[in-house]
Amino acid sequence: MYYLRRLLFAIPLLLVISALAFALVRLAPGGPFDNERVPASPEIQRHLLAKYHLDEPMWKQYLRYLGDLAHGDFGVSLKYRDHSINDIIAEGLPVSMTLGGLAFCFALGVGLPLGFFTAANRGRWPDRVGSWLAMLAVCVPGFVIAPVLIMVFAVKWHWLPVALWESPLHMILPTMALGLYFAGQVARLMREGMLSAMQSEFVTAARSKGLGENELLFKHAFRIAVLPVVSYAGPMLADLLTGSFIIENIFQIPGIGVFLVNGSLNRDYTVVVGLSLLYAMLLIGLNLVVDFAYTLLDPRVKYE
Amino acid sequence: MSDLRPTLSPGQQAWRRFRKNRPAVVSSVYLAVLTLGILIWPLLLILVGGTFGQDHAPDQLSDAQFAPPSLHHWFGTDLHGRDVFSRVLYGAQISLFVGLVGTLVSLVIGVLWGAIAGYAGGRVDSVLMRVVDILYSLPTIIFIIVLITTLGELLKQSHFVTNSPFMGAALRVMLLFVGLGAISWLTMARIVRGQVLSLRTRAFVEASRTLGAGPVWILSKHIIPNIFGVVITYLALTMPAIVLYESFLSYLGLGVQPPMASWGTLIAEGVGQINPIRIYWWLIIFPGGVMVATLMALNFIGDGLRDAWDIKAR
Repeated sequence: MYYLRRLLFAIPLLLVISALAFALVRLAPGGPFDNERVPASPEIQRHLLAKYHLDEPMWKQYLRYLGDLAHGDFGVSLKYRDHSINDIIAEGLPVSMTLGGLAFCFALGVGLPLGFFTAANRGRWPDRVGSWLAMLAVCVPGFVIAPVLIMVFAVKWHWLPVALWESPLHMILPTMALGLYFAGQVARLMREGMLSAMQSEFVTAARSKGLGENELLFKHAFRIAVLPVVSYAGPMLADLLTGSFIIENIFQIPGIGVFLVNGSLNRDYTVVVGLSLLYAMLLIGLNLVVDFAYTLLDPRVKYE
Repeated sequence: MSDLRPTLSPGQQAWRRFRKNRPAVVSSVYLAVLTLGILIWPLLLILVGGTFGQDHAPDQLSDAQFAPPSLHHWFGTDLHGRDVFSRVLYGAQISLFVGLVGTLVSLVIGVLWGAIAGYAGGRVDSVLMRVVDILYSLPTIIFIIVLITTLGELLKQSHFVTNSPFMGAALRVMLLFVGLGAISWLTMARIVRGQVLSLRTRAFVEASRTLGAGPVWILSKHIIPNIFGVVITYLALTMPAIVLYESFLSYLGLGVQPPMASWGTLIAEGVGQINPIRIYWWLIIFPGGVMVATLMALNFIGDGLRDAWDIKAR
């Protein structure tokens, strides 16, 4: 019942977001046909505008757009007119999702053990070094670490390919570059979670029963400590998918992010609105999944 | 003996704890040195003058293209033979200025929004907080790219800009910190609202209200001083986020425009020079390194403040 209500609430939310994006891209001066390779005569310009209904009042355009959307049609790119937005999504989304998914696994695979390890060694030097590394990871943006990785592993040592997206070998550097920040965040959350879990009463009770420290850490504290990471997982996946375009750009990966940035620069209205909506849907959907996962992990959590 | 010590205000206690936090203190020193460097370096170039001042002016082109770091050019030179050290320091001006002012913008919006919602309660509260919820569910990076390109284009068309390039650059920077501040106040608003909500019903506030104090008095005398620690902590954590956003936008070419430089544009230039034959590592390592160190320093200070004021994570 609760989830049904959340889903229903998502509909007006998406309407607001689409209207906002719709108005915002049109607010900017200049249109999608301004920078054609061959400058079009005013006559042709007018025909183009009429063909894509851009000469109508904005509310009418918006209603038309919503109508198409209801049929699952995101419209046609105004810049690359032989591509529909559905094509762009179908082509780019699997690539972006593979990259995002790999980086997600990398973030958890590195972040969880690091957070666990630092918390288990609280206050000693492994904790200091590990926490410092986690902070470093959080503070190195993708557009700094990506060129460094390329220079070291691809240009200098020739271990890995410089760019493109063809074989599993091509995926290693982009995955690391994209996932590093999130690995740091996961490690920091995990460490905080472990520390507060180790101080909670049920752990003290278990310890007074004579349980070993290792068993305490792994069996009792871990399950509670991982909860903040779980609630971070939704926004993290969304950020991985929406934030990957710099990495896609540097490594020349044919994902979806490139279209969004170019679309925004070229006033490609339909691309910007369509992809913004897609991202918003992903964000809302992922948050819903996370909240559901939460109830499975922590039976105390219940939504009315 | 402890009861003989003078009682310390919460602020003094926090300061004591902050001073004991080594990473936070080291970070503060680093930021102070960086700020001094930013202020003194341009003066030094003018005062020393001569070939030194000329060679190190951030926009001075020279034949020494891609010179590796040396005693003369500490951070090497770039494609046009410009001194990278100078450019990193001049870039720091823009990056830190945008970060600072953007943070203040987010402070004003966030605190006002949160305080009004928490203090008014009821319907006002739920409307204001629903707006925050909606803005939270926007994909931030996308939203900011669309926002900045739109406003940037509007700006280009306005007659201020066509009349004077200086106004154009100034308005561009203003756009950046207003835009970045405008998307970074959400967490602040939530936290302030929560604090105000709980403070509002506390006994000393009730007492003040029964004595006839109005909302302005209560807000300024009782509420604001009590949320000071939380606010300053989240302020310290907001600033690195805004510095990062700025460099990110400038990296994409949406932020500050040449000839102005920020850390983001410097790194973008370095990335543009990556080729399979020669590695110009100093073009990326130095601007990137100074930026990463600054972000870390700001975060360590934020963490230190949080521990000092003993603020529990949400």
